[in-house]
Amino acid sequence: MRRHVSVSRRIFEIINTLLFIGVILACILPVWHVVCASFSDAGWVIGQSGLIWRIKGFTLKGYMLVFQNKDLITGYLNTFFYVITATALGMLLTVMAAYALSRKNVLWANAIMFIITFTMMFNGGMIAYYIVITKGLHMFDTRLALILPVCFSAYNMIIVRTAMVGLPESLVESAKLDGAGDFTILFKIVLPLMKATIATVILYYVVAHWNSWFQASIFLRDRAKYPLQLVLKEILVTGDVSTTMTGSSNVNTSNFSGDLILYKQTVKYCIIVVSTLPIFIFYPFVQKHFESGVMIGAIKG
Amino acid sequence: MKERKNQKADNGYKKYTKAAIRKDFKRNYIIYLMALPTVIYFILFAYLPMSGLIMAFQDYKPKIGILKSPLVGTKHFVAFFHDPFFFRLVRNTFMISVWELLIAFPLTIIFALLLNEIRSKVFKRTIQTISYMPYFISMVVVAGMIIDFCKSKGVLTQLVGLFTNNTQNILSIPSYWRPLYIGSGIWQGIGFGSIIYVAALAGIDQQLYEAAVIDGANRWKQTWYVTLPGISTTIVIMLILKIGSMMSVGYEKTILLYNSQIYDTADIISSYVYRKGLLDFNYGYSSAVSFFNSVINFVLLLMANKCSKKFTDTSLF
Repeated sequence: MRRHVSVSRRIFEIINTLLFIGVILACILPVWHVVCASFSDAGWVIGQSGLIWRIKGFTLKGYMLVFQNKDLITGYLNTFFYVITATALGMLLTVMAAYALSRKNVLWANAIMFIITFTMMFNGGMIAYYIVITKGLHMFDTRLALILPVCFSAYNMIIVRTAMVGLPESLVESAKLDGAGDFTILFKIVLPLMKATIATVILYYVVAHWNSWFQASIFLRDRAKYPLQLVLKEILVTGDVSTTMTGSSNVNTSNFSGDLILYKQTVKYCIIVVSTLPIFIFYPFVQKHFESGVMIGAIKG
Repeated sequence: MKERKNQKADNGYKKYTKAAIRKDFKRNYIIYLMALPTVIYFILFAYLPMSGLIMAFQDYKPKIGILKSPLVGTKHFVAFFHDPFFFRLVRNTFMISVWELLIAFPLTIIFALLLNEIRSKVFKRTIQTISYMPYFISMVVVAGMIIDFCKSKGVLTQLVGLFTNNTQNILSIPSYWRPLYIGSGIWQGIGFGSIIYVAALAGIDQQLYEAAVIDGANRWKQTWYVTLPGISTTIVIMLILKIGSMMSVGYEKTILLYNSQIYDTADIISSYVYRKGLLDFNYGYSSAVSFFNSVINFVLLLMANKCSKKFTDTSLF
């Protein structure tokens, strides 16, 4: 389609482009600040006020201190465990429920759908949830509390279900005629056809579990079970790097205590980088599927 | 959800008779088996906690348990309405929501509309990749960054210092809380939030634009008569959802960032519930506050849905 480009259109496009360059900068600069500061000389970082936009006195000392922190390492491993188990379990439930609810001529489908969607609109609130899980289901201070109660998302299920409804019905019908059972149809025929949606939903689950801290902060007391984000919260928000760093790690304090005070700020920056990196590596691979995934989920859901 | 309605209409002939139920179960028992774990999940982790709402009417004692704790009627509700902080909590919760509705919500739509006008595919892709990124940063890390930037020598404080003569830590000044909360929310969510509109925009039939051009419509008119109507359903649905969660401002960011100096603007219903219930162990009282909150939300959602059904013919259910 060829179109005459007017002057006002030109001006609009220039302004629009500049605007989005501004948006990009606004998104990147805070992160850039953190990354640069994490590699820079601690003394220089402390003296800086305002934005840090370059690395000065390149050093990996902050990162070395981070990797000597036992809490962070266990946190990392715990998070990997929680993310993998919860996502695997959640995906299994999600695809099975989505398949069941995408079938036609199932008498109770609407009732089951209602059971699920009603919880998106009304819930018992934080306290009742806490009491039921700790007193009723005895999950206090167990790893299960970070896996079972959070493994399923109604929203994600609706995304998958909508994608399944969009598949041609004849596919399932012919498989049925060939004698395939529902489980075979789901795992051998339906799922391989919707890899994009599955990838998107897996990403949503992974990110949600990776970033979750509140669940852990109310249900866990044993530090050995802490996920990464809860350790981060102690360091970044509650703020006592030096005690967290020396208190439970095998850092030789006589060598490091001076550095620790100096590097307190830098270590925070390093921790941010180290904890966020895995998600940033993971997400661009799935990004191209977002639009289709989100679209069907939210509009038709 | 519209679809669900249609389905119901299709199956309108179905009767829940004994014979039909038996026949359906015989044919679909594997389907039900597949849905069973999910149903159990929701019973355990959603409906059981809902039944725990009875605590709002009890003097709940953990030692005695939910079943035997004495009932006290509406005592906790009355206490909440007379709570010196009642007005402040409702106001703060409401104000954050209204600000989000008036600023963040339209900005997200404008973001998508402007993005749609970018013609270079590569540039568009770049903008999307980068603007989605903050959404994937965890709330703890975002809070950590905010704390760092708000220190008296931090980036944000310096920025604010250009326009005012403030040099104090921003997180200690009540009047800065709402802009900070909304602003960081926009930073984190605008790109990702725009996806749904971008997707809706991509779904608009290109022939409509061609027809509009033939009819002599300029860019503005195309936006007004083709683009906006094309995404109006999405906007309305998102608006209903937004209104339905007006009173449930997310507590995570608040709990991570607030301090007693700025309770005056920062303390919201959910953070109060958290403090009263999980830190002070005042279970009955905080359940009542939480219940109050859930009911208001639910009513708001139903009202928004009803209004929308009446005026725009679009509805969630």
